[in-house]
Amino acid sequence: MTEKMETVLDVKDLKVEFDTPDGTVQAVKGVSFSVSRGETLAIVGESGSGKSQTMMGIMGLLAANGRVSGSARYAGEELVNAPLRVLNGVRGSKITMIFQEPMTSLDPLYRIGRQISEPLIHHKGMSKGDARARVLELLKLVGIPEPERRIDSYPHELSGGQRQRVMIAMALANDPDLLIADEPTTALDVTIQAQILRLLADLQKKFGMAIILITHDLGVVKHVADRVVVMRRGEIVEQGPRDDIFERPQADYTKMLLAAEPSGHKPPPPPGSPVILEGRNVTVDFAIGGGFLAGGTRTFRAVDDVSIRLEQGQTIGIVGESGSGKSTLGRALLKLLPSAGYVRFGQTEISKFDRAAMRPYRREMQLVFQDPYGSLSPRQTVGEIITEGLFVHEPQLSKAERDARAVAALKEVGLDPATRNRYPHEFSGGQRQRIAIARSMILKPKVVVLDEPTSALDRSVQRQVIELLRDLQEKHGLSYVFISHDLSVIRAISDHVIVMKDGKIVEQGDTEMIFDAPRADYTKTLIAAAFTH
Amino acid sequence: MIQFVLRRLLSAVPTIFVVVTISFFMMRFAPGGPFNLERPLAPQTMANVMKTYGLDQPLWKQYFTYLSNAAMGDFGPSFVYKDNTVAELIGKALPYSIELGLWALLVAVVGGVLLGTIAALRQNGWIDYTLMVIATIGVTVPNFVMGPVLTLIFAIMLSWLPAGSWGDGSFRFLVLPVLSLGLPQLAVFARLTRGSMIEALHTDHIRTARAYGLPPRVVVITHAMRGAMLPVLTYLGPCAAALLTGSAVVETIFAIPGVGRYFVLGSLNRDYTLVMGTVILIAVFVILFNLIVDILYGLLDPRVRHD
Repeated sequence: MTEKMETVLDVKDLKVEFDTPDGTVQAVKGVSFSVSRGETLAIVGESGSGKSQTMMGIMGLLAANGRVSGSARYAGEELVNAPLRVLNGVRGSKITMIFQEPMTSLDPLYRIGRQISEPLIHHKGMSKGDARARVLELLKLVGIPEPERRIDSYPHELSGGQRQRVMIAMALANDPDLLIADEPTTALDVTIQAQILRLLADLQKKFGMAIILITHDLGVVKHVADRVVVMRRGEIVEQGPRDDIFERPQADYTKMLLAAEPSGHKPPPPPGSPVILEGRNVTVDFAIGGGFLAGGTRTFRAVDDVSIRLEQGQTIGIVGESGSGKSTLGRALLKLLPSAGYVRFGQTEISKFDRAAMRPYRREMQLVFQDPYGSLSPRQTVGEIITEGLFVHEPQLSKAERDARAVAALKEVGLDPATRNRYPHEFSGGQRQRIAIARSMILKPKVVVLDEPTSALDRSVQRQVIELLRDLQEKHGLSYVFISHDLSVIRAISDHVIVMKDGKIVEQGDTEMIFDAPRADYTKTLIAAAFTH
Repeated sequence: MIQFVLRRLLSAVPTIFVVVTISFFMMRFAPGGPFNLERPLAPQTMANVMKTYGLDQPLWKQYFTYLSNAAMGDFGPSFVYKDNTVAELIGKALPYSIELGLWALLVAVVGGVLLGTIAALRQNGWIDYTLMVIATIGVTVPNFVMGPVLTLIFAIMLSWLPAGSWGDGSFRFLVLPVLSLGLPQLAVFARLTRGSMIEALHTDHIRTARAYGLPPRVVVITHAMRGAMLPVLTYLGPCAAALLTGSAVVETIFAIPGVGRYFVLGSLNRDYTLVMGTVILIAVFVILFNLIVDILYGLLDPRVRHD
């Protein structure tokens, strides 16, 4: 992409504002950039940086309380606040978009063939028959297997990666000059992510359109962008060619972002540490379908004959793509769902325990979830949330003692104890995850299962949370089962890694070994796809 | 699909059995009986009458007799309208109720969906607020108030329409009962549609449709409305069953000889068999319409498959 080509979109001093009950919020505070034919421009930023709203504002797709001003010219034509007639001439025809959630971005009630053909029919005036022929062509182009059959599928019948391919087919239908991809791979597994990015690059080479890639993921940017715009709090911090940004970053924020990849290693536990949690031949079956009068039930094997040994002070990383059974395994080890096989905690076999028998052990085996929004009750104060477990496990504590424990727990996770009378919605994602960790730590557990605890967080926050977890582990001799799809996080925190696929262990070994000399093909693919540098 | 329908019909049997059992005993435990008239019958006559209708038998025996007869389709004679069987009475009354109910349902669904959609598209504008205030009134005003008020205005004050009775069954006679029956349901449909339409308009795939330059008409009708109709459809089942089996209140107010009126008269007269007959009819309609709605659901939403 070295040859100079004409500008496709020229953005000058673009501003986006939202009217909220608390007054006007400036989401984008005057940004300027441009993109040329055949070029990939990456707009990078963490959540709240205004990177998506910039493009939504240009395309006239803001929510009803949003306002946009400034200028964005496509082929000399002003798009900002243009009448719907003008916008609809450009949208879906000259400028097309794909989004983060390929499931919800497609209408679940219509066949994909029909959805891809809609822009063809509306912009090109094609007949239904011609449109169908073109859709078949497009489906082949984006690598959908058996396009003749798939054209009549509904979105829910396709995998996440295939749905994103369908969105790309729809985006290419009218030979656009610019494709805006808003976090196109964030919701996808790493191996699929790599395929989608390669597909986009191939298609760009073939058709020469410009691509604006909106993302939080610098790994993606490094591999596909020609130029990079770094945004923070509605402003452009820095922009320039990719290599300049990665090798000679000027702004402190860019430097911080680049350094935010989780790094470091965890010191291994002393040799001969006792085994604190062990699972042997753990198997979990789920019933699917069936029911009253429906005949026999079918089962789905989510975890298939998995064995695991966790030593005190050790972290075992369980890595796998969605549907690999990693979360189910974590829950089975805590006896939170019925499973077959043998599980022991310390010296006690707990496989056969019922709820009542498990209760005394619960405080020593804690679970932290991915979603720091969904896992904290919005109607309880932070103090109430983190002390709730004490009512069950240490009912003898007085109110003052409980409060003292809450203060200590919040200090330990790096939060101001004065915040304990506030509600979760007043906290950021990273702070909420600290609250969730405090809720576990207050019970002084021995084992913590962390299920994608950093996956909903921005990289810079992620790094802090990982450091916090490592500190806590060292201080209290904790043992972690750390479940994640994110290989760079797994590498930074684990002693031992288990790679799972379809409910089975594909490969396991010490972290160094898995990352430096993977044996299984699947592990190699995962590592290659994850852009670990 | 056929298997699904058969399975559902089969599972309706225990439901109806429970309904029959509960209403049978509730009816019997209510004070009074079909032959406790204002001027009491002579003891001998009373004994004869009781014997004729099998009311002298122990209750459990009457229950099983009723159950086995009903299972064969025999719902017995009416205790009050002595020359008619319950089946004949309901057979005569049902067409009135169904005609009235169908019109009311049409008014409710078409009007409600239309107004709800308009309100959603003008969310938080004055049209929205006005429509929703009216809809709230529509939901809260009971039809025994709505009916007489409509009659007062259009029949008595303006003399545009007849105040009651089926008359010759022409349109003029239908207007007021259809409105009294349909307007409260219209209000419910309007509120339901508004809610699910607002939700549908904020989904990601609507953003996609707009981002691809589809005309507003296609965005709203093709993409938003089809999804928004799913929750509305859920309410359609019980609503249709209620409207078609006759409204006790509206039929009584407008003196329409439908099922609802027989239900009221039957209850007041302790006409055991007539009340049981109408209860079974309503149960069957509710089950049937919920089944139809589930089938429609499967047709509208490809993610729901009946197999």
